[in-house]
Amino acid sequence: MNTPYLDRIRRIFSDVFQVPIETVTPQSSPDTIPNWDSLQHLNLVLALEEEFHIQFTPEEIEQLLSVELVAALLDEKRVASEVS
Amino acid sequence: MSAPDREQLRRQIDLDMEAGRFAAAQASLERLWRAHPSAALAGYLSSRYDRLREHRNFRPCRVAVLRSFTVEPVLPLLRAEAWTRGLDVTVQAGGFNACAQELLDAASWVYGFAPDAVILAVGTQDAAPELWDGFTELREDGARGVADRVVQDFEAWIAAFRSRSQADLVVHTLEVPARPVRGILDAQSARGQADFIQEINRGLRRIAAETSGVHVLDYDALVAAQGRANWRDEQRWAAVKLPMRAEGMLALAAEWVRYLCPITGRVAKVLVTDLDNTLWGGVAGEDGPGGIQVNRDHSGIAWWNVQRALLDIKRRGILLAIASKNNRQDVVEVFRQNSGMPLGWDDFTAERINWQDKAASLREIAAELNLGLDSLAFLDDNPAERELLRSELPEVTVIELPDSPLGFAAAIRQCPLLERLSLSAEDADRGRHYAEQRERAAALAGASSLEDYYRSLAQRVEIAPVEAATMARAAQLTQKTNQFNLTTRRYSEQGLAALAETAGWNVYTVRVEDRFGDNGLVGVILTQTAGETCEIEAFLLSCRVISRTVETAMLSFLAAESRARGLAALRGWFLPTAKNAPASDCYRRHGFELLSETEGGSYWVLDLTRADVACPEWIEMKARGGRNTESMTTVRAMPAEHVERASLS
Repeated sequence: MNTPYLDRIRRIFSDVFQVPIETVTPQSSPDTIPNWDSLQHLNLVLALEEEFHIQFTPEEIEQLLSVELVAALLDEKRVASEVS
Repeated sequence: MSAPDREQLRRQIDLDMEAGRFAAAQASLERLWRAHPSAALAGYLSSRYDRLREHRNFRPCRVAVLRSFTVEPVLPLLRAEAWTRGLDVTVQAGGFNACAQELLDAASWVYGFAPDAVILAVGTQDAAPELWDGFTELREDGARGVADRVVQDFEAWIAAFRSRSQADLVVHTLEVPARPVRGILDAQSARGQADFIQEINRGLRRIAAETSGVHVLDYDALVAAQGRANWRDEQRWAAVKLPMRAEGMLALAAEWVRYLCPITGRVAKVLVTDLDNTLWGGVAGEDGPGGIQVNRDHSGIAWWNVQRALLDIKRRGILLAIASKNNRQDVVEVFRQNSGMPLGWDDFTAERINWQDKAASLREIAAELNLGLDSLAFLDDNPAERELLRSELPEVTVIELPDSPLGFAAAIRQCPLLERLSLSAEDADRGRHYAEQRERAAALAGASSLEDYYRSLAQRVEIAPVEAATMARAAQLTQKTNQFNLTTRRYSEQGLAALAETAGWNVYTVRVEDRFGDNGLVGVILTQTAGETCEIEAFLLSCRVISRTVETAMLSFLAAESRARGLAALRGWFLPTAKNAPASDCYRRHGFELLSETEGGSYWVLDLTRADVACPEWIEMKARGGRNTESMTTVRAMPAEHVERASLS
């Protein structure tokens, strides 16, 4: 997996969930991060929106369940915004 | 600060923490947050401050947020912002739209939580939904009815809260919509949608003015300052009841901290400023008095605004001082030849204009004004000077400035340590008090003996039971006095008022005047009668009047007053702190005997059947007994021209 955002996403996961950045992998998800509850999920969404200057729809928010899913969605959205 | 710089700073912070350089780590965390505050960074700060907390001094502050909307994502931002201002906030949010029960029910979690501050954050949509989106269906009397009902609700909640808690209450105003539902029609009538919402806000201000410890946070103005159009996020409001975007959350967290700082007494008392390129554009020594820039034109407006901001802050009771690397005569010339500037030479209470490093200058200024370094805020356009201060004197609050001087004034005005919740007459007059203090110091230097000096001061001391008009100042003194304070017990205005009403308790205030001027209200005594003993619970004097035998007059008053009430002894603790050594021998000097001594302090007694404390002959004292006495002790009459000054607040 290779996206320009990966390190920035990992940094945000590390900050929001307060886990060392070395432990954050593309597969990090609610199953591997015990601290990931609905409130932290909202914090994650807000932190990602701030960092990347985007807005997620409610449907997208439900998909943001791992580092790679976040990266994939960002790729998609970034492509979309570049086209428009 | 660029992203790689921030990563670098993070690595440095971890290195500093591992090596035990906690002050440096704290300064870097603060810089990181100021440069780029965000939800993610708040998580990072939280993990680091959890480790810093035991090594650095933070003021604890418990906050309950009662709300009608989602505040959870704001809470980590609040804690991060508070940490960078020296506060360690423990915060809990109430249930959605549960404010009424939470305030009215004496058994609610709010009271058990023992908060220092309660924030009442209710949105217009929840408090007055009819005014928010049903306004076109309302007739004028209907709208008025809604506004009245909302104000009455708030009044009942706040009254219940005040009767059950001594915590400070911060109540949000209601927000006006970005676009009134009647369009431009709304602006045509005095009875429009916006006006009815503001009517509620006027009601909240009235309630706050009538209730001690209740403060209004102008949420509507906060929304407007961020831009109403940019504030709301309708989608997120619908999905998770979060009304605002990320920038709004940061602004709200910062606004809360502007209240929490003065509520917890985390305040700067002196603003020490640099001169060249901070107070004016250019360099006094090179450009000369006529060449510096400070005016209302584009060339000097930035510095004009800085001076205006400093003048406004001075009128809040904050002292101004100068720390500048310059030739003193050059600076004096600048002030002499630019008399049209907002600030004049006389506006500064202390100055160090020399070529020594600024850490040394700030240390000297703190010593001269008899204040701790944590009472100082520092303003300098030069990042290197700010950095030096941060590392040399981490107790000093360094105001972070943007690169452009046009942003300086706003940065100064945003510093929460310069906020005040109310102004006493003493605050507004503080600069004058210190000028008189300098004349006193000169008198002391010129006197042949201490006794001569005391006589030359011609002090008049007035001791009286605390009253509504003096309550705020008395509470402020208990919170701010560190040096001549025998027990260092802190009381809120509400707490003090409650004690003054409690049977057996007496709260006295001490006012001191001398030939150089009125020192104002400078001392507080709290006593509790226990059997035949008068227990001294608190006994303190502002540093403005220490070492002038005023404490002897105060003890002589207590002795006379207690004897008149048939009591047999005065007793009191001396509880040592890092700062109250000047008061350590107070009881011993006045003939008290040591009853017991523990690790925490020493307990003293004066047997009134065998001993007494005499009022020094150089002090003219007028005293009124407390509620629990009938006697009136007048040692010598106060001059008739001594009138009570009204409190500004």
